[in-house]
Amino acid sequence: MSGPSDFQPQNSVVKWIERRLPIFGLVHSSFVAYPTPRNLNYWWTFGGILSFMLAVQIVTGIILAMHYTPEATMAFNSVEGIVRDVNYGWLLRYLHSNGASMFFIAVYIHMLRGLYYGSYKEPREILWILGVIIYLLMMATGFMGYVLPWGQMSFWGATVITNLFSAIPYVGESIVTLLWGGYSVGNPTLNRFFSLHYLLPFVIAGVVVLHVWALHVAGQNNPAGVEPKTEKDTVRFTPYATIKDAFGLSCFLLFYAWFVFYIPNFLGDPDNYVVANPGVTPAHIVPEWYYLPFYAILRSIPNKLFGVVAMFSAILVLAFLPWLDSAKTRSSRYRPLAKQFFWIFVVVCLGLGYLGAQPPEGIYVIAGRILTVCYFAYFLIVLPLLSRIERPRTVPNSIADDVLAKGRYVASVAVAFAVAGLLMLGSGSQAQAQEHNAPNPPSLKWSFAGPFGKFDEGQLQRGYKVYKEVCSACHSMNLLHYRNLADAGGPGFSLAQATALASEIKVQDGPNDAGDMFERPGRIADKFPAPFPNENAARASNGGAAPPDLSLMAKARGYERGFPKFIFDAFTQFQEKGPNYIHAILTGFEDKPPAGVTIPQGSYYNKYFPGHAIKMPKPLSDGQVTYDDGSPATVDQYATDVSAFLMWAAEPKLEERKRTGLQVMVFLLIFAGLLYFTKKKVWANAH
Amino acid sequence: MTTASSAGHSRRDFLFVATGAAAAVGAAATVWPLVSQMNPDASTIAAGAPIEVDISPIAEGQDIKVFWRGKPIYIMNRTKKQIEEAQKVNVSDLRDPQPDSARVKEGHDNWLVVIGICTHLGCIPIAHEGNYDGFFCPCHGSQYDSSGRIRQGPAPLNLPVPPYAFVSDTKIKIG
Repeated sequence: MSGPSDFQPQNSVVKWIERRLPIFGLVHSSFVAYPTPRNLNYWWTFGGILSFMLAVQIVTGIILAMHYTPEATMAFNSVEGIVRDVNYGWLLRYLHSNGASMFFIAVYIHMLRGLYYGSYKEPREILWILGVIIYLLMMATGFMGYVLPWGQMSFWGATVITNLFSAIPYVGESIVTLLWGGYSVGNPTLNRFFSLHYLLPFVIAGVVVLHVWALHVAGQNNPAGVEPKTEKDTVRFTPYATIKDAFGLSCFLLFYAWFVFYIPNFLGDPDNYVVANPGVTPAHIVPEWYYLPFYAILRSIPNKLFGVVAMFSAILVLAFLPWLDSAKTRSSRYRPLAKQFFWIFVVVCLGLGYLGAQPPEGIYVIAGRILTVCYFAYFLIVLPLLSRIERPRTVPNSIADDVLAKGRYVASVAVAFAVAGLLMLGSGSQAQAQEHNAPNPPSLKWSFAGPFGKFDEGQLQRGYKVYKEVCSACHSMNLLHYRNLADAGGPGFSLAQATALASEIKVQDGPNDAGDMFERPGRIADKFPAPFPNENAARASNGGAAPPDLSLMAKARGYERGFPKFIFDAFTQFQEKGPNYIHAILTGFEDKPPAGVTIPQGSYYNKYFPGHAIKMPKPLSDGQVTYDDGSPATVDQYATDVSAFLMWAAEPKLEERKRTGLQVMVFLLIFAGLLYFTKKKVWANAH
Repeated sequence: MTTASSAGHSRRDFLFVATGAAAAVGAAATVWPLVSQMNPDASTIAAGAPIEVDISPIAEGQDIKVFWRGKPIYIMNRTKKQIEEAQKVNVSDLRDPQPDSARVKEGHDNWLVVIGICTHLGCIPIAHEGNYDGFFCPCHGSQYDSSGRIRQGPAPLNLPVPPYAFVSDTKIKIG
């Protein structure tokens, strides 16, 4: 990495090392003395933010790999083990899963910034192409990472994406078999994806080094798009750019922390809390939000091969951008037409993202095709044409002139726009369960909602009683142990009470010294007992439909809230779809289906169940469970209590998460404030 | 810069120090969960609960090995000769002085319960071997007597006695 090195070591040890390995000089010339244009705006801080996010993903990822088991029958439970049992495991897992989304948010802003200010133009073509390679590697890494929890979306995402390669003529099927290591997605697939998911981030880090190297050779572009000419045009990287990047990063961290601590599953899919089942495809398959625009392009083309080709072309076309746009003026600030088309392009991308999350039917297909044409037209028609016909405004003579001429440029509208758009994309991946005209469940008041939410111990104890006396006759809760009943932030049983509850059950253990299995009373380390020995038995006893495990039910069910409600959900921290849905199902049984609705033999009518025909008979009736604390013995009360209990069962660290979140938020606000004033002080003598 | 007042200087210095301190606090607080995750998780801790062992099948002069928290525990039914040898030793001559009475439960002199991990480097000593009627570690030649006390070789300490209690005459609870 180049740059003038005025590094003169004073310390004799540093001198000794420097003569043999000039590493201090390298760091000094690259990250201290390196001249950076003085007119950079905050969009330029996303390079640093991306480096930070790569580090976060690598560190949390290495730690998660210490606890994760890449084996098809154990992967799902090992992830839940991390979240439930490992110290701060919930934090590390949510940091990693939301970190991927944050990484992509940052990279999309970084790419759009490059697009807007013409950062790909001569002499930065290689820098740009390296960026496209990093983006491709990120997509591969993100995809393989999403497979590892081995939930339903993991499994079917892996199936769909690997099947893309079957579109290749003649050798497609063989390639897919090669990727799978079998005749379908299975344990070998999971193993190799884990291995590659661990490898690729380090490849990304290597390409990032090249990317930064190329950057430091060509120098940074800037909002004016003119190269620095004199020393007055630049400031030293440290402290100027460093402190500015640090402030930008601290604001980004606030955004990140909001997701991690308050809405950790907002960008995820409820179906991925259901363990992978090779026999059942979820009703509505959607990839993670960051692939949605390309997914929409794939689905717009009614031909398998050309759909795949179009999807990959949509990414590869970026690599040819430096030659597609041959305009001499870099920055769109001085290109009135290019600026407008840029914003249209942003809207097209957001639109494609929205459509990618919608079912591929009716108007959505038409709209998808129109936007796909717009997407490619921007690169292949608009940009080449504009560079020939557009009359750009005069660019400033120098960066110093630009700084002097510039008023306060407020991009807050654009930021708000971008954030709203991203949230729109994010919620697209939750487009679930809105099928067959089932109404949305009513939103109940939950004690655990909101930033200060806490579980109501009495309610959880009542909910446990309902589960034990009613639900547990058919439903297992395999992820719950008796010890959990005494955990902090749970139903608040004492250790002695939990031990007593555990000792009521009989557990098969062994073999003993004689080689025989034997029964012993339960201990607190034991799991809640399952009502059936295996899934086939459960199926046989329940008219062909196995009652699902309830451990994660409150996170595994959701429903579409519709635009624009889901955007507000990110701000109001609405995370209670699961318990609302469970409560609605338990209270939504009606003896007689409404006129015109026929329910198949062996099924029951439920107002809120998708399709209305549920195999579970009405489980609760008034007075069925006796409460000791005087709460009303009504179906509604039972349903509310057991829903709250299931929410705790699905998210046992909820209280710890929200409590830690408050501390982190307060700290980050103070830190960002300090950095803001420090940045102002540092830059005071540069303006 | 040259015209900056001293008050301006100190205000700026305070700001820089405060920001740096906040960054340091944040970094330290971040390291905590990253390190803490390495400790045993809740399921490992729950699995380390006390265990009960039926000792009635162990005849005089025999021993069994059970596992508690992943560690081998020797339960040895000592012979009269072994008990006498263990009690007769001059405690002050020992490398890790401890009378036999401090290593067994009162009234259960014949039962020796020790963690079977050599205090040298963690190998498992073999019972009923060595010169002292106790344990012999094959890795580096440490020898323990019939009370599990170190008598010869590189190990510094006696074999540790795990927490245990007699539930009845034929049953002990380890942990």
